Amino acid sequence: MDAKYIALIAGILLPSAVQPVVAGVWSGDISAELRYFPDDALSPAQYNDENASLAFKPEYYHEWDNRRQGFTFIAFARLDQNDEERSHADIRELNHRLTRGDWEWRFGIGKVFWGVTESQHLVDIINQTDLVENLDGEDKLGQPMIQATWLQDWGALEFFVLPAFRERSFPGAEGRLRTPLVVDTDRAEYESDDEQQHIDWALRSKIIIGAWEIGLAHFSGTARNPELLPVLDGNGNPVLVPRYNLIDQSSLDVSAILGNWLWKLEAIYQDNPVDSYAAAVGGFEYTFYGIFESALDLGAIVEYHYDDRGEAARVPFQDDVFAGARLAFNDAQSTEILAGSIIDLDSDSRSFRIEASRRLGNSFKLSGELQLFSNIDPQDVLYSLRDDDYLQVELGWYF
Amino acid sequence: MKHLWILLLCIGLSSNAMAETPEEKGLAIAKAADERDAGFGDFIADMTMTLRNRKGNESVRYIRIRTLEGEGEGDKSMSIFDEPRDVKGTAMLTFSHGLKPDDQWLYLPALKRVKRINSRNKSGPFMGSEFAFEDLGSQEVEKYSYKYLRDEACGEWQCYVTERKPEYEYSGYTRQIVWRDQAEYRVVKVEFYDRKNALLKTLDSRGYKEYIGRYWRPDEMFVQNHQNGKSTLLKWSNYQFRTGLTDRDFNSNTLSSVR
Repeated sequence: MDAKYIALIAGILLPSAVQPVVAGVWSGDISAELRYFPDDALSPAQYNDENASLAFKPEYYHEWDNRRQGFTFIAFARLDQNDEERSHADIRELNHRLTRGDWEWRFGIGKVFWGVTESQHLVDIINQTDLVENLDGEDKLGQPMIQATWLQDWGALEFFVLPAFRERSFPGAEGRLRTPLVVDTDRAEYESDDEQQHIDWALRSKIIIGAWEIGLAHFSGTARNPELLPVLDGNGNPVLVPRYNLIDQSSLDVSAILGNWLWKLEAIYQDNPVDSYAAAVGGFEYTFYGIFESALDLGAIVEYHYDDRGEAARVPFQDDVFAGARLAFNDAQSTEILAGSIIDLDSDSRSFRIEASRRLGNSFKLSGELQLFSNIDPQDVLYSLRDDDYLQVELGWYF
Repeated sequence: MKHLWILLLCIGLSSNAMAETPEEKGLAIAKAADERDAGFGDFIADMTMTLRNRKGNESVRYIRIRTLEGEGEGDKSMSIFDEPRDVKGTAMLTFSHGLKPDDQWLYLPALKRVKRINSRNKSGPFMGSEFAFEDLGSQEVEKYSYKYLRDEACGEWQCYVTERKPEYEYSGYTRQIVWRDQAEYRVVKVEFYDRKNALLKTLDSRGYKEYIGRYWRPDEMFVQNHQNGKSTLLKWSNYQFRTGLTDRDFNSNTLSSVR
């Protein structure tokens, strides 16, 4: 008898084994961060020189029902030496997952990432940015949601109902890396009378055809990126007030692996009451594997940023090029270096960033970050950061 | 005269049948081994990797593996990292395709980001270990050309010794010498020769156990790199076969739900 036939019969006769589950596991990390700013701040209210900070991120995960249900809890808290807005806490995730056949449901506070490019995350809109954490905008606040995913062999369809809005965090008066006027987050304004209770929704389809992956999405609801309007506060001091408009945003993201090339494109069209616009970022990552007969991989990344509002845009990227390199050592300590520069082709403003990390022992990780701004044009959104070059060192303990 | 012709013809035929070339015999062994392992359906297992450098410093990786056997296509597999702690929750999904490049996705839990990754780095080290990605991928018959070398005792077993050369692109090896036992086609030992055809490393598989009355898997796989002095010990545990995994458990769109 054929081996596969025997196996098939055995498979029918034997009751299928029970899937092992991850039951009630705590993990997380504690990180100490030190930043040093060599230049004095623009405002006397802001701190100079160094800043120490401590962050704690505990995680709990429990699954049951043959792995078809799961509960996730991730909290985050930071204590910052100088910036009281950066001392903050958030529930990153608190949700229940239910998988039934081709459907996966998620109820509660969650986090979702959309997109493919490296130097800007243009189409990623579900979660609000926790801007006090880092300029790169990769830290996100937990978003209350009901998410339904319909899985197919060609990809997936995702539906989101977002019943509550999260306001963006901004550095406080003493903080660095901020706008010249302080953003007064207590006085946020909304276009919708429902304010934070406006129900946003989104849907996304993801199609995979061989080496190509295509994401098509639409979001309707409260803008994640607010307008910042100058007003006078109660004491007659000028401040900025965030105003959250209602927007409709359609997006496309595409990636394709063709040999050593990884091609990427993100594009959006946003309809809003102030300045409806189209924007895109696209480029490639080319990887040289095992350079110099070693285990090292070197990736060259080039991405172009476009925004049809030009210099009027409230964002740093309108006609900019990012050029960078990623070096992966593939060693036991997972040493990595990512360096890149963004050049504004109109004004020649430049910013430069280098990130490096390395594991120490089995449960510590040391990371470094250097951010430089040079030749920033007075018209550029980054002009207020011209004296905010910094060096950051972080040591994390993972448990 | 007529009888002589028939006699000669018979001798010719039989010697033809007997004179299997070393290439044919090597391929036949590989096919027999593949058949011997077919029909497992799916399996899950835990893997502890201990990396040891020349100075004797050790670091440990703890990884869970889920594999679904492909029907007429390559296997699908998922690796979920539990340790080192800083990469906990990272998951790698691979659809193997034999000679065509594999499809591969990496899930990064910190950003909740699923990245399509290039599967060309076959010769690159897996998690900094002495195992390359290509050593741990599914070993479809068409991935190599074969040449039977000899029969040889291997421990308490009798082995076929076969040379195989990668037919897929971007391998880090010119050739491998494989020792397989003749009773159950278990891989006992593999010698790997680098792109310059120098001996790079040796893999020893030990402590074979039979699961669900048919499928043999080793408890330990030990790789010694002869060029840099580093070694990796891979210990397998908690093997379970036919757990009921389906294609839905291997979808890049739900990698963020995988733990």
